[in-house]
Amino acid sequence: MADAPKLVNLTVDGKKLTAPAGSLLIDACKNVGIEVPSFCYYPNLSLQGACRMCLVRVEKMPKLQTACTTVVAEGMVVATDNEEIKQARKAMVELLLGNHPLDCPVCDAGGECELQDMTFSYGAAESKYMEPKNHKDEQQWSPVVFFDRPRCILCYRCVRVCGEGMDVWALGVQNRGVSSIIAPNKEDHLECEECGMCIDICPVGALTSGAYRYKTRPWEMNHVGTTCAHCADGCKTTLGVRRADEGMEIVRGDNRDKSGINNDFLCMKGRYAFDFANHEDRLTQPLIRKNGKLTPSTWEEAFELVGKKLNEVRMRDGGSAIGVIGSTHTTNEENYLLQKFARAVLESNNIDHHRTADFPALAAVLSGKQEITASMRDVYNAPAILLIGNDPTEQHPLLAWQIRNNVRLHGAKLHIINSEPIKLRRQATSFTQIPVGAELNAASFLAGDDSALNAITASASRENWAALRNQLRNTENLVIIFGSEIRGAAVTAVTHLASSISGAKVIALADYANSRGASDMGLYPDLLPGYHPAAKSGLTLPQMAENAKSGKLKALYVVGSNPLARFHLDSQIFAGTFVVVQDMFLTETATIADVVLPAANLYEKTGTITNTCGDVQIVKKASEVNGPKSDFEMIVRIADAMGYDVRNLVPFGRGETADMGQSRGAQSGEADRHAVWLQANNLEPKLSPFDPMAIFDEIQRLVPGYRVSRLNLLSGNDEHTQLSQSGPGAKHDPALIVPAHDNLFSSGTLGRYSRALNSVMENRNPQPAEVAAD
Amino acid sequence: MRFSDQFEKRFAEMLTHYPTKRSVLVPTLLYAQDEAGFLSDEVIAEIAQRLELTELDVNNVISYYSMLTTKPRGKYNVQVCTNIACMLRGGEELLEQCKDRLGIGHKGTTSDGLFSLEEVECIGACSWAPAIQVNYDFHENLDERKMDAVLDSYRKKAI
Amino acid sequence: MADLVSHPDEVRVVSKRFGKGATNIDRYIELDGYKAVRKALTMEPDAIINEVKNSGLRGRGGAGFSTGLKWSFVPKQASKPKYILCNGDESEPGTCKDRLIFEHDPHAVIEGVMIAALAVGATKGYIYIRGEYRYLSEIMQKAIADVYAKGFAGKNIFGSGKDLDIYWHGGAGAYEVGEESALMESLEGKRGIPRIRPPFPAVVGLWGGPTVINNAETLASVPHILLGGAEWYANLGPPKNGGTRLFCLAGDLEKPGVYELPMGYNLKKMIYEVGGGIPNGRKLKAVVPGGSSTPILLPEEIDVAMDFDSVAKTGSMLGSGGVVVLDDTVCMVKFALRTIKFYQHESCGWCIPCREGTDWLKKTLIRFHNGAGLKKDIDNMYYLSENMLGRTFCPLGDAAAMPMMAFVKKFRKEFEDHLDGKPCPYEKASEEINRELAVL
Repeated sequence: MADAPKLVNLTVDGKKLTAPAGSLLIDACKNVGIEVPSFCYYPNLSLQGACRMCLVRVEKMPKLQTACTTVVAEGMVVATDNEEIKQARKAMVELLLGNHPLDCPVCDAGGECELQDMTFSYGAAESKYMEPKNHKDEQQWSPVVFFDRPRCILCYRCVRVCGEGMDVWALGVQNRGVSSIIAPNKEDHLECEECGMCIDICPVGALTSGAYRYKTRPWEMNHVGTTCAHCADGCKTTLGVRRADEGMEIVRGDNRDKSGINNDFLCMKGRYAFDFANHEDRLTQPLIRKNGKLTPSTWEEAFELVGKKLNEVRMRDGGSAIGVIGSTHTTNEENYLLQKFARAVLESNNIDHHRTADFPALAAVLSGKQEITASMRDVYNAPAILLIGNDPTEQHPLLAWQIRNNVRLHGAKLHIINSEPIKLRRQATSFTQIPVGAELNAASFLAGDDSALNAITASASRENWAALRNQLRNTENLVIIFGSEIRGAAVTAVTHLASSISGAKVIALADYANSRGASDMGLYPDLLPGYHPAAKSGLTLPQMAENAKSGKLKALYVVGSNPLARFHLDSQIFAGTFVVVQDMFLTETATIADVVLPAANLYEKTGTITNTCGDVQIVKKASEVNGPKSDFEMIVRIADAMGYDVRNLVPFGRGETADMGQSRGAQSGEADRHAVWLQANNLEPKLSPFDPMAIFDEIQRLVPGYRVSRLNLLSGNDEHTQLSQSGPGAKHDPALIVPAHDNLFSSGTLGRYSRALNSVMENRNPQPAEVAAD
Repeated sequence: MRFSDQFEKRFAEMLTHYPTKRSVLVPTLLYAQDEAGFLSDEVIAEIAQRLELTELDVNNVISYYSMLTTKPRGKYNVQVCTNIACMLRGGEELLEQCKDRLGIGHKGTTSDGLFSLEEVECIGACSWAPAIQVNYDFHENLDERKMDAVLDSYRKKAI
Repeated sequence: MADLVSHPDEVRVVSKRFGKGATNIDRYIELDGYKAVRKALTMEPDAIINEVKNSGLRGRGGAGFSTGLKWSFVPKQASKPKYILCNGDESEPGTCKDRLIFEHDPHAVIEGVMIAALAVGATKGYIYIRGEYRYLSEIMQKAIADVYAKGFAGKNIFGSGKDLDIYWHGGAGAYEVGEESALMESLEGKRGIPRIRPPFPAVVGLWGGPTVINNAETLASVPHILLGGAEWYANLGPPKNGGTRLFCLAGDLEKPGVYELPMGYNLKKMIYEVGGGIPNGRKLKAVVPGGSSTPILLPEEIDVAMDFDSVAKTGSMLGSGGVVVLDDTVCMVKFALRTIKFYQHESCGWCIPCREGTDWLKKTLIRFHNGAGLKKDIDNMYYLSENMLGRTFCPLGDAAAMPMMAFVKKFRKEFEDHLDGKPCPYEKASEEINRELAVL
């Protein structure tokens, strides 16, 4: 641990306070509740001293000083609120308003504009100028970025967040004096990562979002804090929702409250790609195949048919003739419920999902050992990072942000081993390019196997490799992050390397919002929740396809997944299989289904999801489209339609419930373990079979590593789950892992139906992009 | 993009003067402009690439300096100072005279491409006012007659 | 190129070699050139700094800070290389002195840079010359090449075992770059936006290394101080204002020109005797004493010694040595407009008060001068300037605000005379110019 920072004493507005030596006066004031206004100061971005709003009087200094550039000093005496300072601030606002269009009534930022707030605070109501204001027409810089120069106050936040924060450097300042203007990198448009950080950070309405502009007023929205539905990083997001014809519509995503692991960061997907929910192709009623055609039906008819058919198959051919494919986009509760449904109701271990990382292998190495998984927060604070494989800039934007800013703000050392010259190499202390597929060799060498290098490197660079290994071995608290290139034996090698370094931790990178949760919750034919082995192993996804082809798989229940497209399966092989699909859209898989049930998405339900690091967070229902139901409800309704007592599936109400056998439970005649657990944890039984928190109770009770602070979780914070407490995991065929290969602008099925993402793709690349579906 | 040997020699030498490449940017842009007439997209791309900068970055710098231009101008750029010292001694009248004789206004270029006109701020000739610069050449202590002679001399020079 | 003038009251130190062919290095050596640096090579660095401190030499760029003191701020030990940066970005309206130094005595600047480098332990010196001064850049580049050819620069200078490189650097048109931190930005290939201070350049300057930035005239004075001695130099001027200064007499004068006069020379005498008085039988209306950023003085205020401290007592500043004289035909509103228009044009735009303030002042003055002014505009312009003063990111805002406040304070009546569509009572320029001014 570093020594506690030295404190200095100062007096601000007559108040005695202390602040860490080296801290800025503006922060020292803020920390004790003295607000010093500023436009250009923004924490963690370079200092500007440009807006002059934070001028304060520091004793013994001839002029007013900017609090944002003044470092606290022992004995400093400061005034922040006298008439002189108020007048200085008022004058600044007057000057800004001079050229400002004052189009607040139609400005997106109206109501949440820092210039409005300052004007309100310092009362620059009188206009002293009568000359025409400088005008420039609004420009569209990209499908999602619009720039309105007259509103711009030149605080340079956008320029800095784009360059310093994103390492994109797509915005600049051109001309000088009153002609100064923020300029995009391609003359009249932007070529960038479209993260929208510039829009988010803009204190006024100069940069506006194509997705949000002129849609609503800030005060007309409800704001719901939840977790992003796209990649596996788990950014917190605040969704602005408002009433629409078809329910509640999301109109904006941001994280202005800087809560969560991502602070104020969101990428293009998190910020704009919520619009799939309102895509015109969205399914809103159940479809049943009648005379070979999918035909709208009622929910009752659909559930009845599904229940009847599944029961028939189960009774006629046994559970082994039924397959279940789960989702990487449904909640932990839904995933847990789905595998429980498969195993308890369908009596089948044939359950799988689209795997994008080898978590079972990681669990296998870590089980019972010291916990060495890192959280997303660790990535921002680690003194050093080793990144093997993956391209986080494209596939894990938050992870890339954490890495970049750790390097920039904390001087972390980044070592990269990759088969491509990925963008993060710009932050790297060392970058080692290896042949495609040589990640295992690299990992083995780093773990101590000198011979592993033979196949991949010329003898000349051996010294560099050895030096890298030595350096890593001596780097305490190293965080090792690896992509799906590292699977099976390579996971063991990397984990051994980590175990040999004091304080080192690992992160395995998966691709989707709840890929980790799908894995943790046991969407495997051979693993129960928490990586406990199932008594009997069922079929993997490819095996299910094989069985369908040979006519042995009589029914297939697909929840939020599109295996036909993802695994390039021949639709004909399911000719003899009763296929039920729960999805938002008529995907390739849904097209061949016998029953299609319209599903709600992650923004339309409540529950928890776990990011790739194992950080569990809540999702809250933000929006709603009339018609679809949550996967949770549908699973329960199907169990009910099959005649199954749903009390044995979802522990709700009072009474005895089943619990999969991890504890002996009610079956052995003991007291109801669930009820005992609830009581011990001061929790009430949930009242509804459709309450996901009832299953979350069970997850917390039974899945090792998930016994995290519920209070903290429900407060919207992330809780790191522990893999080392899990079951023994398993060694799987590495070929079962199929990377999604999404980039910044694609996101499986969600991306296909997001106009925002598609517009950016089209804008960049006139040919329609090959987007994988999932 | 080809620059003269002299440009290349100076460029290569200047690179050795500084610990960072981009330090040569401002004088290099001016010398490049002298050769190419103006800073075209092509010139900007070339210099950006040589100095490992983005074109945006180079444009940000260009647009800051008043001598740098991304638009073509006449062979002879007549820059008339109207700042205080020149104004007191007839700088404004010189500017009017130039407009009249050349038939162009501030930042205009004659149709034959021979002259451009620019009203500029102080050029450091205050004690010899009123003064103008034609490209880099100073012409000082001017009056109406001398101004006409200056313009004539450039017209002759062009033939 | 620029004409030289002379007057019996002149004390030629910096201008000693003007017109004597000293651009030729051998000629420069004949005229005592490179003697001072040889002497400096035999001195302890602290002794050099003390000599300069004791000479009373104060920055000739305008701020008037003690040069020796500035040098003493450079840390003895530094992890990064130290640099000397000569500020030859002369562009304060009214000022044209560095131009003559570069034209007639470039080696004096080089020698000054060398001595400064020896004093602070720098191994590289840059001489930044504004882009408009192309012919001077060529003279300087030639001079530097000659210095290298003689073995005075580069490795083992003068056989002393010390290394010192001298380089030329050119600007491309920006007044703001004359501000020392903006100058460093420009030299590093960036937009000339000033830096946040502290840290000051003496501690963190060019590429993060300690850097001394001095005006060309300041540096050109240094060799003379080393040869003549601190006491001699200090005694040329009044206490705390050592030496001589190049005064650029401009405007409505019989004999404008650059004259080297002792610090503390009387301004009235400078105008009427050195400058030959006001031509055409006109009367003196006002004087800008030290470049356009210095508050204007009325005729009754000009009986003042031209040194930093005496001029400060009048509420103005000695500034950069640009003395601009106005006769009684000048419209002060127009003069204010020309003054402000310059700062509006040159504002880097970084901070709100300077960027917006100079623009509104310009816009208001244009309207005012065109006869559409309102009484409240006069107070507004003063209010605006008052609220810029001392609150901008760098001194450019002050440079606009200070003279503007003086114009309003000292010539309020003249502003009032422009109200209610009255034609400008002083206007000598045409209607056309007024219209043009409005669109610039």
